[in-house]
Amino acid sequence: MLLAAPSLPRTLIFPAHCPSHLIISHCFLLSSTSPLSNSNTPAISILPTSARAKLSSLLQPFVLCEDWIIASALGRRRRELIPGDMAALWLARASSQLARRSARSLARHGEPSPPWFLASVPQLPPVLGSPAALAAAVERSPSGRGFCSVRGFAGESGAAAAAAVEEPENGFAAGGDQAIDFPGGKVSFVAEMNFLPDSQKERINCYRVLDDDGRTISGSKFQEVSKEVALKMYSEMVTLQIMDTIFYEAQRQGRISFYLTSNGEEAINIASAAALSIDDIVLPQYREPGVLLWRGFTLQEFANQCFGNKLDYGKGRQMPIHYGSNRLNYFTVSSPIATQLPHAVGAAYSLKMDKKDACAITYFGDGGTNENVQGDFHAALNFAAVMETPVIFFCRNNGWAISTPTTEQFRSDGVVVRGQAYGIRGIRVDGNDALAVYSAVHAAREMAITEGRPILVEALTYRVGHHSTSDDSTKYRPIDEIEHWRTARDPISRYRKWVQGNDWWSDAEESELRSRVRKELLQAIQVAERMPKPPVAELFTDVYDQIPSNLREQERLLRDTIMKHPAHYPTDVPV
Amino acid sequence: MAAAASSALHGVGAVASAKPRSAAPAVARRSVRVAAAAKGGAGPARGRLVARNAVAAKADEATAAAGSKSGGHELLLFEALREALIEEMNLDPTVCVMGEDVGHYGGSYKVTKGLAEMFGDLRVLDTPIAENSFTGMGVGAAMKGLRPVVEGMNMGFLLLAYNQISNNCGMLHYTSGGQFKIPIVIRGPGGVGRQLGAEHSQRLESYFQSIPGLQMVACSTPYNAKGLMKAAIRSENPVVLFEHVLLYNLKEKIPDEEYICCLEEAEMVRPGEHVTILTYSRMRYHVMQAAKTLVNKGYDPEVIDIRSLKPFDLHTIGNSIKKTHRVLIVEECMRTGGIGASLRSAIIDNFWDYLDAPIMCLSSQDVPTPYASTLEDATVVQPAQIVAAVEQICQ
Repeated sequence: MLLAAPSLPRTLIFPAHCPSHLIISHCFLLSSTSPLSNSNTPAISILPTSARAKLSSLLQPFVLCEDWIIASALGRRRRELIPGDMAALWLARASSQLARRSARSLARHGEPSPPWFLASVPQLPPVLGSPAALAAAVERSPSGRGFCSVRGFAGESGAAAAAAVEEPENGFAAGGDQAIDFPGGKVSFVAEMNFLPDSQKERINCYRVLDDDGRTISGSKFQEVSKEVALKMYSEMVTLQIMDTIFYEAQRQGRISFYLTSNGEEAINIASAAALSIDDIVLPQYREPGVLLWRGFTLQEFANQCFGNKLDYGKGRQMPIHYGSNRLNYFTVSSPIATQLPHAVGAAYSLKMDKKDACAITYFGDGGTNENVQGDFHAALNFAAVMETPVIFFCRNNGWAISTPTTEQFRSDGVVVRGQAYGIRGIRVDGNDALAVYSAVHAAREMAITEGRPILVEALTYRVGHHSTSDDSTKYRPIDEIEHWRTARDPISRYRKWVQGNDWWSDAEESELRSRVRKELLQAIQVAERMPKPPVAELFTDVYDQIPSNLREQERLLRDTIMKHPAHYPTDVPV
Repeated sequence: MAAAASSALHGVGAVASAKPRSAAPAVARRSVRVAAAAKGGAGPARGRLVARNAVAAKADEATAAAGSKSGGHELLLFEALREALIEEMNLDPTVCVMGEDVGHYGGSYKVTKGLAEMFGDLRVLDTPIAENSFTGMGVGAAMKGLRPVVEGMNMGFLLLAYNQISNNCGMLHYTSGGQFKIPIVIRGPGGVGRQLGAEHSQRLESYFQSIPGLQMVACSTPYNAKGLMKAAIRSENPVVLFEHVLLYNLKEKIPDEEYICCLEEAEMVRPGEHVTILTYSRMRYHVMQAAKTLVNKGYDPEVIDIRSLKPFDLHTIGNSIKKTHRVLIVEECMRTGGIGASLRSAIIDNFWDYLDAPIMCLSSQDVPTPYASTLEDATVVQPAQIVAAVEQICQ
């Protein structure tokens, strides 16, 4: 009656968000007013069809016959009973407004309109009610579209007129007071002014699988590991721990200039690496040598980099612990904090272009989440979400950024809550639980690759060691706190209890492993120490792909100076 | 002193006369390009030949198409950049573009117009407004094997990307021991425009010139814009390509066949005898305008567009100085720490004995660029100043 659809006469439409109580109330009205309650009841046409099922059950009591009429309330919250004689006219106006709005919104969103709707738009709708009213309405309807214009009705009630504001053409439903069509989707309105709370009542839960005694928590779900992988994980964690101890001692003895340990974060290092494939690109901060260890970097290679000798892949150009290996897909460590986050997005973008079955993973600390010009963390997560790149953002929330505790770093509930702000899925995991970390990264990788989306993983842990050899953390934190985390919350002993609980490991094997690794490391250090340093020529190579003339000139000048004053230059550096 | 200077010169000359890092080795290394170059008939080599013929000609002739076998086609500078991008993206699937509004909008200066339709919006990527981050993204992608072309909507915005450009772009090839390379091109319009205000009139070549590991070039004509863009994309090093806001609509006829310009070469715009005028980018046109006046007054200036801002083409510059013995540098940078300052220092280091007069350098004052057009014009070197400077040098 209001919009003539060629195949379905007397079809009404209404938007999907229209509250059902209003539909019901008006349907009741309809059924009691005479013009519409006779035969030839029109069929339902509801957008979208998913609402139809819901409504059909709600409207069951009002069914007059198989099909029923549904009228729209135009989203009006005020429930007014419209006088019976006005009902038809009111309905005509109501549904014409809706029809126009839906047509506009359909056209804008590019969805194909249902055929009945398109066909009915330009036609002159037959209107029940007085022919005079119809004539008046048609005359006054703008652009002769055949809709019943809001203004075209004579004698409408004041309230109805006030409510029926002509909609602006820009698509913002000014007259619609339930929701607004805004870029990004519909947003419902609310009359009370409520500020979102600064934090949830409860902190986000932390995923954990092993309890403090190394027993799997009953009912916990985790990714199973084979005995082989489990044992490899354990022995690499031990190796990392011993490597940290011995290199730290070497720095204290003055044999290397600098070192940075991963004490307390061995589970994060090894378990996350174990869940990745060798094709996944790793962009570390600097506290993740365990990932490189897992992938096959030898103790000798680590030592060579720390001593900066001629076998160092970095050719002696970087401080210790700035490892890098393109062969093992581990991007060279760059000191500035969080610069690797946008790199990760770029690397993942490259993987996406090549459609590779791999992801990028980047590690950073709690301090790194706040770092940098424009916030590399902020923009990298935003980019990754917008561009739908497969990156895992792994935050090692270890409580301290040098001497800044997390309470001074941010006021949010850690880092995981920030993921939602960017539209990124996140999980909080117990970073000292190797199995939990393994499972979380395994799942994150699956999601990142199959769904082409970034994932945020926040691992709660503790930086047991000092920030680096240039730091003494007892100056800013209590020693018993450090001791507690070093002993009671040690990830390696927790995991060992689990492995031993499975009868996969024994104390004898433990001591054998530790002494073997220690011996190997000391040997590697000795070899690395004695190895010559890179020659002076390597000062000028790799600045560009080929040495340009100005650098060649500078090299020549340097050589001349060394030749003239050999006493001022070290004898063990080949010229 | 003379011996040392001449040996220094000899050293420089000898090395510089050896083939500089031109695109030819790059061509040999990438089989894709060898095939393409062969298809174009030894493109790069001929490109350089064409350049040599072209630069030797006087400025008011059709320089670029002088050596062109076929007719050549006329286009504007931004279209030349676009043509270069399209050719390189067709040749090499790893070349991609990223920046603000480069995709569907076609770029603020229309350099990337139509590219998103041609290559898809993954290869021509619209990024959110975070220069440090999308430059970082370009670095990461380059380390992984792509060849990104990162566009700064205005060069001044790339100051926000300084951390990524200096600490990562310039350094990671070196600090990784050569394991990761960064064949990225960072480009965008800079320089003093028409009343764009101080923040949009930055001359970033001053700030970037110190970063080790970067190469910098400045284009000034449609011919060298296309050639330099192609060479920059093919280079294995990170290259910053400086375009100028006011030069995008310059029209010129360029060859139909493929060519590239050498990244480290300067361009001889007008040979002469009396004075060497070194300039680049927009100032080239002010210099050429002054040259007309100077010719009428009986002077014969030699004008060189240095094009390569890092490293300087001391070979071409040196040969010119040996001929004329007088140098005038005309730049748009500020007085302190600009390209002119470094160029002056390099010339003194290498060609002191050949100079008959102190090197003069005309540059902008050490003030932020004002908005008012009269004041803005006063901060940019004008042809009248150039004429006066030449007259002073040649006394």
